[in-house]
Amino acid sequence: MYYLWVFLIGGLICMLGQVLIIYTNITSARILVTFVLFGVILEAFGIFDPISAFARAGINVPIVGFGASLAKGAIGAVKAKGLVGAFTGGLEATAGGIAAAVLFAFIFALIFSSKTKK
Amino acid sequence: MDDKKRNEAYNKYVKAKIPKTRPWPSLFYSFLVGGIICCLGQGINDLILLAFPNLAEQTAWGYTLIVLIFIASFLTGIGVYDKIGKFAGGGSIVPITGFSNSITSPALEFKHEGVIYGICVKMFTIAGPVIVVGIVSSIVVGLIYLFI
Repeated sequence: MYYLWVFLIGGLICMLGQVLIIYTNITSARILVTFVLFGVILEAFGIFDPISAFARAGINVPIVGFGASLAKGAIGAVKAKGLVGAFTGGLEATAGGIAAAVLFAFIFALIFSSKTKK
Repeated sequence: MDDKKRNEAYNKYVKAKIPKTRPWPSLFYSFLVGGIICCLGQGINDLILLAFPNLAEQTAWGYTLIVLIFIASFLTGIGVYDKIGKFAGGGSIVPITGFSNSITSPALEFKHEGVIYGICVKMFTIAGPVIVVGIVSSIVVGLIYLFI
């Protein structure tokens, strides 16, 4: 049952975020930045893939996976294309996620109106 | 009253007014909700691979994240995601759905300032730093790998 690993690892990473919120009062932007950096570092040292092999969505769905694919894209592109790869690789690998987030945010912001004021 | 005293009094007032989050329930809920969102992602990924068995693993993850981002953006639009976020805390921020929420939420909130200066500009108030740090650090990692 690999779903158990997905649940445990994913839950633990999210709980780590909550620990940061409680004990350091940091904002959500800083949490996201911290976890993206964490993912980049994990991938740069080659630790991400062994964890991803058994944690699957548990580490790919948290924003750590976003950081890891940024670094993975840059590393892969550098090996294939040289210097220019360092500039193109990261965004190429994560373009789908960023584009989707921007597109859906734009569409739903046009359709719906803010609920927080009620 | 001089400025220093006034600031101190104000800080005291703010500290008294901030809602206290009890650590244990919020840790439990962040674990639970984070775990459930990850399992949902795994379920979507498994379904995609079941429907399209020839897909490369990396491509399947790409689709999975796009579906999750869509769901989170929609839930933010109808006001449900923020309700989840209230008790889940880190559980709703750390997954990629939180990234999606952080883009849709300010876009919605500042809609009244217009499409360009409201939606398009405010969209990146939280996601902007994430993308900047992500790009810069990925270039640094790429350059390191170029020279070793």
